[in-house]
Amino acid sequence: MSTTSGSSMRTPRRTISGLGSARSGTGHFWLQRVTAAANLILVLIALPVFVYVAGQDQAGMRAVLGNPFVAIVMLLLLVSITMHMRIGMQVVIEDYVHSEGLKILSLLGNTFFSIAVGCAGVFAILKISFGG
Amino acid sequence: MSGAAQRPLSPHLQIYRPMLTMMMSIVHRITGVALYFGTLLLVIWLVAAASSPDSFAFVNGLYGSWLGILVMVGYSWALIHHALGGIRHFVWDFGHGFGPESRELLAKATIGGSIGLTVLLWIGIWLMKG
Repeated sequence: MSTTSGSSMRTPRRTISGLGSARSGTGHFWLQRVTAAANLILVLIALPVFVYVAGQDQAGMRAVLGNPFVAIVMLLLLVSITMHMRIGMQVVIEDYVHSEGLKILSLLGNTFFSIAVGCAGVFAILKISFGG
Repeated sequence: MSGAAQRPLSPHLQIYRPMLTMMMSIVHRITGVALYFGTLLLVIWLVAAASSPDSFAFVNGLYGSWLGILVMVGYSWALIHHALGGIRHFVWDFGHGFGPESRELLAKATIGGSIGLTVLLWIGIWLMKG
């Protein structure tokens, strides 16, 4: 922002005002609501399954997760949750981490963590479902 | 960004008297961050089930221990609180609940509801699993 430094009286906002919107401002807001609604529905279905399975051995757990309906709900839940938590953590990082380098590293770590956790969970459910 | 840096900043959190609505906003964020790492617990459980009977028994043993159950109670409360907080946000998104009384009521319903539902959930689990 070299135009704003030195003797210029222009504020940072002035240098970008009038250029028009980026046309992507509400994307995060909307996706957070969409995944929140999905999370609510899916958790309501999944929670009784978790309670039912809790304490059972691996054979019992695999029998329950092998049910296609249960597996599909779990897959949808994992995808929706990891999308939701990635956006949420991104907002938290942007609010509190102000050093540019550390912020980019944190955002990168957030993306890697969310996708890795999501992929691991999806793989586990598919492996159980397909009986591998 | 010298222009921005010289301007006065708005007062930060510690300036304000703590209020219920403000606490609920903070707790919504804290439970969100907790659930972020809680997802890892769920996935470890799933991967263990996909791995071997021994590894699943090991993870089950950890989660079923005294400390594990304490973490699960906290996890379920965080989930319920964050879910109710999310419903509160949906109410706001539709343009309702901004008045002084209704936002106070929503905040009380969120904290009261989350504690009440968590207690009910674990009474249910205790009755079923003993």
